[in-house]
Amino acid sequence: MVMIPDMQAQVAQAATNHVFAALADPTRRAIFEHLARDGEQNVRALTARAGVSQPAVSKHLGILKHARLVRDRRAGRETHYSAQPQALKPMLDWMGMYTAFWHDRFDRLESLLKRMDQ
Amino acid sequence: MTEPAASRSLVIEREMPHPPEKIWRALTQGALIEEWLMKNDFEPVVGHQFSFRSTPVPGWDGVINSEVLMIEPNTCLSYSWGTMGTMSVVTWTLTPTKAGTHLRMEQTGFRSEHDAAYKGATYGWTKFIGNMERVVEGLD
Repeated sequence: MVMIPDMQAQVAQAATNHVFAALADPTRRAIFEHLARDGEQNVRALTARAGVSQPAVSKHLGILKHARLVRDRRAGRETHYSAQPQALKPMLDWMGMYTAFWHDRFDRLESLLKRMDQ
Repeated sequence: MTEPAASRSLVIEREMPHPPEKIWRALTQGALIEEWLMKNDFEPVVGHQFSFRSTPVPGWDGVINSEVLMIEPNTCLSYSWGTMGTMSVVTWTLTPTKAGTHLRMEQTGFRSEHDAAYKGATYGWTKFIGNMERVVEGLD
C-alpha cells in the first residue's frame, strides 16, 4: 500500500489554490509571462499578443487578478495590468516542500528497516 | 544575475541502528524502495534511466524522472531527480558507526529541468516554471 506522500499532499494543496489553478491554463501563463517580462500593459496590447479575443483576455486577466498574480491600475478609460511575480514564491518553494517530504521518507525507511530481516 | 537556483542543496542526516548492508538493500531493491519512497523501476546500474511514480494530482503527473549516476555498494548511491520543472540530484551516503549507520541524503541542484535539455509533454509548464524562477529570484 502506498500512502499519499507528503509532497503529493503539498502539490495537491498548491493545485487547489488560486495561483496554481490560474496558471494551469496555457493562455494565462503566456499572458502572465508576457507581463512579468515586459512590464505593464493594457488589454489591447495583451490581446494583440494573446491570439484570443479581447473579452477572453479580460476574463483571463480577471482570474489572474483574483489569484493576485496581476494588479490593475486605471488611467482614464484605460486599465493597465502588471505582473506580481512574488505571488509565485510559495509555489516555487521546492526546498521547503522537499524538507518535509524527506523527513517523512526517513521515518518510513526506519519503520521498514525495523520490519526487515538482517 | 547569478545562476538561478544552481547551488541550493538540502541535507538530511540520521543515525540508524542498522548495518550499512541492510540499509543499502532498502535503498537499492525496487520492492523495498517502493515501501518507503515510491513505486519505481530502479536498477542498481549506472546510467539506468527509471522513474518514481505516485498518484497524479491536478497540475502534477506524479512522475519523477531519474537516472542512476553513481553506485558504490553499501557506501554511496546517487540519482537524478526531475519533476515539476526542476532537475536535482539525490545522493545517499552510508557511513558505518559503532551503533549502526550514519545515513546522509543530499539533494542538490533544483535547476530548471529544461536547462538539462529536457523535452516532454509538460514542456510548456516546465518552461514557464523555469522562466518564473528566474523572475522571482531577480526580486530578492
